[in-house]
Amino acid sequence: MLIKKPDDIRPSEITPESVYLNRRQFMRGLLGGAALAASGTALALPKPEFDGDLPVYPGPDWLQAQLRAGERNTELSTDEAPAPYQHAIRHNNFYEFGTRKTDPSRNAQQFVTDPWSVEIGGEVGKPGTYPLEDLLKPYRLEERIVRLRCVEAWSMVIPFVGIPLADLLKRVQPNSRARYVEFTTLHDPQQMPGQRSVFSTLDWPYVEGLRIDEAMHPLSFLAVGMYGNALPPQNGAPLRLVVPWKYGFKWVKSIVKIRLVEQMPNTTWNRAAPDEYGFYANVNPAVDHPRWSQATERRLPSSLFQPNIIDTQPFNGYGEQVAHLYRDLDLTKWF
Amino acid sequence: MVLTTAVRTMPWLRVLQWWLVFLAALLPLVSIGYDAWIFNLGADPAKEIVDHLGRWALYFLWITLAITPLRRLLHWGWLQRYRRMMGLYCLFYACLHLLAFATFIVGWRWDLLLTAFTERPYIFVGASALLLLIPLGITSTRGWQRRLKKNWLRLHRLAYPAALLVLVHVIWLIRSSYFDAVIYGVLLAWMLGYRLYLKRTS
Repeated sequence: MLIKKPDDIRPSEITPESVYLNRRQFMRGLLGGAALAASGTALALPKPEFDGDLPVYPGPDWLQAQLRAGERNTELSTDEAPAPYQHAIRHNNFYEFGTRKTDPSRNAQQFVTDPWSVEIGGEVGKPGTYPLEDLLKPYRLEERIVRLRCVEAWSMVIPFVGIPLADLLKRVQPNSRARYVEFTTLHDPQQMPGQRSVFSTLDWPYVEGLRIDEAMHPLSFLAVGMYGNALPPQNGAPLRLVVPWKYGFKWVKSIVKIRLVEQMPNTTWNRAAPDEYGFYANVNPAVDHPRWSQATERRLPSSLFQPNIIDTQPFNGYGEQVAHLYRDLDLTKWF
Repeated sequence: MVLTTAVRTMPWLRVLQWWLVFLAALLPLVSIGYDAWIFNLGADPAKEIVDHLGRWALYFLWITLAITPLRRLLHWGWLQRYRRMMGLYCLFYACLHLLAFATFIVGWRWDLLLTAFTERPYIFVGASALLLLIPLGITSTRGWQRRLKKNWLRLHRLAYPAALLVLVHVIWLIRSSYFDAVIYGVLLAWMLGYRLYLKRTS
């Protein structure tokens, strides 16, 4: 039996932001000059830890300021250990930058992600093209450590930083005809070599979508950072979707357009292979991909002689929170 | 030309050439082994190793099949001496490819191995190709060549269906890009087509 869990109450809903910002100023005043510098770092989200020489992505100044004020959402974070930073930035499926796992980290380093604006339209009261900075300004960033389960049967635990998708959607005032949310990735073949390939089965730009109740669910998240820094370009900078109960291909990257629509969006992978990739794409060990099993996954990084094979959980282990959304849905038909 | 003449007049050069080719064909194994040793294979070393070994098994099969047309077209008779070695290297890398899959990807979990071979069509097809290549490896010696006489050539034509199965294996693995499969397919069509042409004109 599924018990509906009440939605988590976010701190932002209890305390207006202006109030807790005041509290911080008050605390700083109290602690004095010497502690002020220290408090800046104490409040910051944990930065990646690694040995050797790896690229880091601090992001534009405005984002850095917001990252410093970020806080971990422990309630919606897993206790599992995040993947080592070097693996999260070098094992990517981002076909706009190439189809091999290491292609995006090689080909995306010059990708321009600032300035960036997002066009929001469709069935909303306040359509418009918003600079990303303005979109994020009202919110306090939160960090969530989530499981990313790829449809290729591997998974990784990653700390993302961002805002709940619902907060942003509410602000643009969806009307009653808004039944789905459609997301579109940037289309820029000059910057994205994968979009120039004549051998690709995918149509560009990349389009993904959610049902409106999925989009409004507290687990739906828009990420602008990871490992305490900005999102690296190969991970979908500057704005990507994080829907941890769905396969990774739903986590659309480098979003330039968000539209609220009446009809189910025609999503990229679904168009390319409708029998293999459904619109919902909820993680489901009981429904195999036609070419491989989804019953287990390999948690990465994996060591050679002890492959990290774990059983895949329904809804990627987030069933308690999201299963009620699909009560009336045949999940073998709507995979 | 200079090289082939030199090899003909100086037998030790021929031995040297053989050893060079033999050792060069081991380089793909050495390089992936080294990368694994220094942890240079990223988050998913298992997949890197399995893909690498599989790719080289395919390359060696394609090289083996290219020897006949190249020898004829370029009049490089000396290529013939390497056909057996190339074929055996294909079998060698194909076996390592399967072994690496069973060890590093499924960790010899029999339940997973069973579903892999029965439910994953591309694995079934790949394994069938390997199954066809095994008798060819066993009968690759001069002794078997003598014993089987005419049938030896007939048996070794199994390399053609094996190559087609390998191509299907590759196509079935595709998620989005057809680039590699198109290259392999065009090369194979040319190599098999040339044989058909020889048969028609002879």
